Amino acid sequence: MNKRVIEEGVFEILMILSLVFVLGSLIIIISLVLYHGAPAITVEMLTQTSSSRLYTGRGGGILNAIVGSILLAIPATLLAFMVGLTVALFLQSDFTHPQLANSVRFILDILWGTPSIIYGVFCMVIMFILGSTTSLLWGIIALTLLEIPIITRYMDETISMVPHGLKESAYSLGLTKVETAFKIVRKQALPGIIAGVLLGLGRGIGDAASIVFLIGESNSIPSSFDSPTSALPTMIFNLYSQPDPYVRQKAYAAAFILLIIVLIISVASRILTKRLTKHIIK
Amino acid sequence: MTTPSNNIQIETRNLDVYYNKQYILKNINIKIPSKQITAIIGPSGCGKTTLLKSFNRLLEIQDNVRISGEIIVDGVNILNPNLNTPDIRKKMGMLSQKPYPLPMSIFDNVAYGIRIHDKKKPKNEVAEKVQHYLEEVGLWNEIKDRLHDPATQLSVGQQQRLCLARAIAVEPEVLLCDEPTSALDPIAAQQIEKLLLKLKRNYTVVLVTHTLRQAKRLADYVVFLYFGMVIEQGPAYEFFNNPKNPESIAYLNGEIS
Amino acid sequence: MDNKRLRLIRDYITTKVMIAITLSIFILFCFILLFLIWRSSLFLSEYSIVEILLSSRWSPARGEFGLYPIIIGTILVTGIALLIAVPISLLSAIYISEYAPAKLKHFVRPFIDLLAGVPSVVYGLCAFLFIVPLVKDHIAPLFGVQSTGLCIFTASVTLSIMVLPIIISLCVDSFAAVPLPLREASLSVGATRWETVKKVVFRASAPSIISAVILGFGRAFGETIAVNMVVGGVSRVPVSLFDPGQTLASKIISDYSELSSIPIRESALLFMALLLLVVVVAFNVISKIILSKTRRRWSY
Repeated sequence: MNKRVIEEGVFEILMILSLVFVLGSLIIIISLVLYHGAPAITVEMLTQTSSSRLYTGRGGGILNAIVGSILLAIPATLLAFMVGLTVALFLQSDFTHPQLANSVRFILDILWGTPSIIYGVFCMVIMFILGSTTSLLWGIIALTLLEIPIITRYMDETISMVPHGLKESAYSLGLTKVETAFKIVRKQALPGIIAGVLLGLGRGIGDAASIVFLIGESNSIPSSFDSPTSALPTMIFNLYSQPDPYVRQKAYAAAFILLIIVLIISVASRILTKRLTKHIIK
Repeated sequence: MTTPSNNIQIETRNLDVYYNKQYILKNINIKIPSKQITAIIGPSGCGKTTLLKSFNRLLEIQDNVRISGEIIVDGVNILNPNLNTPDIRKKMGMLSQKPYPLPMSIFDNVAYGIRIHDKKKPKNEVAEKVQHYLEEVGLWNEIKDRLHDPATQLSVGQQQRLCLARAIAVEPEVLLCDEPTSALDPIAAQQIEKLLLKLKRNYTVVLVTHTLRQAKRLADYVVFLYFGMVIEQGPAYEFFNNPKNPESIAYLNGEIS
Repeated sequence: MDNKRLRLIRDYITTKVMIAITLSIFILFCFILLFLIWRSSLFLSEYSIVEILLSSRWSPARGEFGLYPIIIGTILVTGIALLIAVPISLLSAIYISEYAPAKLKHFVRPFIDLLAGVPSVVYGLCAFLFIVPLVKDHIAPLFGVQSTGLCIFTASVTLSIMVLPIIISLCVDSFAAVPLPLREASLSVGATRWETVKKVVFRASAPSIISAVILGFGRAFGETIAVNMVVGGVSRVPVSLFDPGQTLASKIISDYSELSSIPIRESALLFMALLLLVVVVAFNVISKIILSKTRRRWSY
């Protein structure tokens, strides 16, 4: 018996060490970003756009990146949400053969696992074929493609959990399938839908690989969908190893803001889910 | 209330169980005789399973459980936190309501407990034991050709007998049975009941059941539990023919269930 | 009457629209795949597969496109990352699921989710700020090797941390799906909690665990930005773990300017993208197949 107890004890220690490693990594990440990023956050940093001497000098801020990221992520998430909700509702067994639904889910899972750079490369080549140039619009397109599988699958899971009895009650009252879907199911699955959208938004706003080719470079706030733009993740990617420490400050500030955004999204997702779950039927 | 002249296998003293701050078992004081079938009966939701699971300390693996009092088995209070729980559990075999064969072959299921307690046991000895216990539960002839098939492929009745074989393979002193026939068809149920009657010669059987008829068929000793309290306990003959409490009488008449 | 017909028509149109949008998902994927195949065909027609995969010389200017060093780099980085991540994830997941008190369980889950939500660039930046100097000044000298810190080792460690949350949460979910009475059955014959985990919980959730690891592998294989920031970007077969190297995904982003240059070079790059896509998709598909095939064997 002793051997068995010792073995269990040893592994328990290893387990705790592993957990400490995992949580420790998170703490290190947050600390690093706070340590380097917090001092970089000045009024100037947040309210001014990058100067033309982005890579060589001081001065200016990252307002263009902040605005750029927002202008990229919000429309992309909106579009992905519209597509996602439609598809997720459609995948319910009320509308379609389970087999078709499962093949679509399969494809969605594959798309979800596709590295974001593939979307970037794909869009870029299409962009060249069409003779277009780097712009905000292409960034939005790539992000939409990236977010669609994420949002759709998440909403699909949530909506599947709507109890069947609820839908049956709706049908027996004379509602059509579409009406039931959009009016009743939507309310019941609302917390899950919101969580899914926030998840997609978080992913979209933080992703660099898909958009780094497509948005070009810009020191100012984009004026139209056709103009190039900067974004927080790409700014970090471009500036993180620049020799001039003042240039690197912008990267740190951008990282700080990104992390804050991700934190807010994570917390908001939890709070909203909790609050809205009060109204749904279990 | 007379206790039989046999030894007492399990005795509880002031046993209280709280689950999620709810008072589930209230001041339980019972004595369970050795090598007999003791039926714990009462309406559903009254704590019968909780009581059973306190005997092998399976209750504590769930969160929010508070147990106080004493459970004496062979002179030792098994609720003592300094004791080695696996050793205690080895003495108490368990058969649950729905059969849960382990995710391995039929052979490995029975051998599981044997191997855990003696890793170095030679293979042929293990095989002998497995065969012996499968014969004890009457399964051997049915499955001797498919010993290494997954246990989940057996019928529900066979699975339950397999779980019984698995439980007695570690040579416990007590068999805790939680409504072991409620998931089975009548024929399989009958097989289990026959086995329990046979096994009581060597094991103390504590049987939770919510069918009065099963209790009447099998019990030597009865504990009547109602809303977490022991209303009455005694030899079966006395309880069924001469109940003393109004609740017992009501339950026996089918007025409460 | 009119209202009813209106509703029915609206229903009909909406359903058709839903079908159209759903089918476009199918089309999207096929389109991406076929598109990449089409645009890499130029490259593939000029060079044989063997030459591409096994040659070590990469200099597009001279028309040499040997992917071997990059393939080695990818295998090293991904392999080592998983070697580190899998045991840590499993042990953490077991602790969270089987040993931790309920309060700790609820406390830890949001942190794991947060770790999963951190963008790749931020991982890369933190690795650059923390792990790179650590390797350069302390770890590499320990092994008697000189290193800039931008190397295979750094990329592996970074990648392993990125992959941890996925594997952990999938494993915790798998463990939770194992019914409690199964654990009770093992404990009741006198097994310890650890033996129950080893012999019962693991077995019952083995397909899910394997599928989670494979999924993690796919994620690691495709990780572009963070790896690019710390791996060193040198397309040579590394001699030691502390040498710089290059992975497939990282190379694509390093050389994206090729996309607008000579067709053959663009085609080469798109071939790499195709290769990346095919491998990652293969991992995902294998992961799913394992899950569905073995689920039938142990069904409760």
